[in-house]
Amino acid sequence: MTNTDWPLWEVFVRSRRGLSHTHAGSLHAPDAEFALRNARDLYTRRGEGVSIWVVPSSAITASSPDEKDPFFEPAADKPYRHPTFYEIPEGVKHL
Amino acid sequence: MATAAAHQAYGAAEDTADAGAYERAFDAAVAADERIEPRDWMPDAYRATLVRQMAQHAHSEIIGMQPEANWITRAPSLRRKAILMAKVQDEAGHGLYLYSAAETLGTSRDELLDKLHSGRQKYSSIFNYPTLTWADVGAIGWLVDGAAITNQVPLCRCSYGPYARAMVRICKEESFHQRQGYELLLALGRGTPEQRAMAQDAVNRWWWPSLMMFGPPDDESAHSAQSMTWKIKRHSNDELRQRFVDICVPQAESLGLTLPDPDLRWNEERGHYDFGPIDWTEFKEVLKGNGPCNEQRLTQRRRAHEEGAWVRESAAAYAAKHTSRTGEASRSGETGATRA
Repeated sequence: MTNTDWPLWEVFVRSRRGLSHTHAGSLHAPDAEFALRNARDLYTRRGEGVSIWVVPSSAITASSPDEKDPFFEPAADKPYRHPTFYEIPEGVKHL
Repeated sequence: MATAAAHQAYGAAEDTADAGAYERAFDAAVAADERIEPRDWMPDAYRATLVRQMAQHAHSEIIGMQPEANWITRAPSLRRKAILMAKVQDEAGHGLYLYSAAETLGTSRDELLDKLHSGRQKYSSIFNYPTLTWADVGAIGWLVDGAAITNQVPLCRCSYGPYARAMVRICKEESFHQRQGYELLLALGRGTPEQRAMAQDAVNRWWWPSLMMFGPPDDESAHSAQSMTWKIKRHSNDELRQRFVDICVPQAESLGLTLPDPDLRWNEERGHYDFGPIDWTEFKEVLKGNGPCNEQRLTQRRRAHEEGAWVRESAAAYAAKHTSRTGEASRSGETGATRA
């Protein structure tokens, strides 16, 4: 029961240059330095990454305790934000 | 459209704060083949089933390191040694992916390890068999990892998001495990008569325990029906076992080895291989703790944990000292709430 003091870290990996870091998973580590090394051993054993971020899980603020809620509703009733909302006569090009 | 319906159902649940509505929203999400994520409402029994299954799975990965690590120092070549070390390291990694995923359900790493060490949670009974010869490393890769892959590929579509994501990663890596085992047996099969006999002996010993890995027959499987309804499980034990047998027979032929079952033959009508009865008494005995290596595996696991305690404590002490000096940002052990 000696792991208790090791906080949880979220791991983000950039798989190659030109792409953004993506959440890969999480791990326990005593500090940031160890978290980075453990993340390398755990999530990039086959060259899956060229860069790693580790973030204490406790430092992440999430949108809401529930994954689907009115927080995202304002986006739902604005179809005119999508290009497919507009009717363009056939034959018009480059639009 | 099913997806939109599920979202609407969730919205309704929030408005009414009615427990029944939450349950209907959960059922709708599962029915629509959506994934359940850590902060979603879920039935207590669903959560408990997942913790039990994922814990057992994680424990199997790290206990499974033992029978193979047994041969690292005696691998016949540097090539084989490097491969085996990479494989055993992968098993550790798989355990860690799964422990992390299980922790999103509100349990902790310490609690899970504690339950393994005290025997309150199980690991796959296959790892209670000994690795007697080098050929066992091959048989484990081909048959045990092969059976595991057959079981695990459908788990990539499991209804619980973090479990499914861990399985995608694991399945990608398992493929190397199975191929290295097959190649190892192929090399022995093409070797001296003694090497060939050693390969055959290993296959003889691992074949039936591998078939038992799929669990009891469908009509005796305690958790199957509910897990299928929840889409934690996608296929029945017997269905997966049959799939595995059908895959293995031609593979054994290519190896030039036989499978130790006189009843094994192609059934034209069913379009599958028939196979003989499985000795479920043996399975239950091993499960109860009376397998050849149950005691040894747990003892070694506990010892590794205890002997590693000073490393964990030193690292924590160093981190605490460093943090108090630099006033580094919060390093509380808080989990769960923010898991994506």
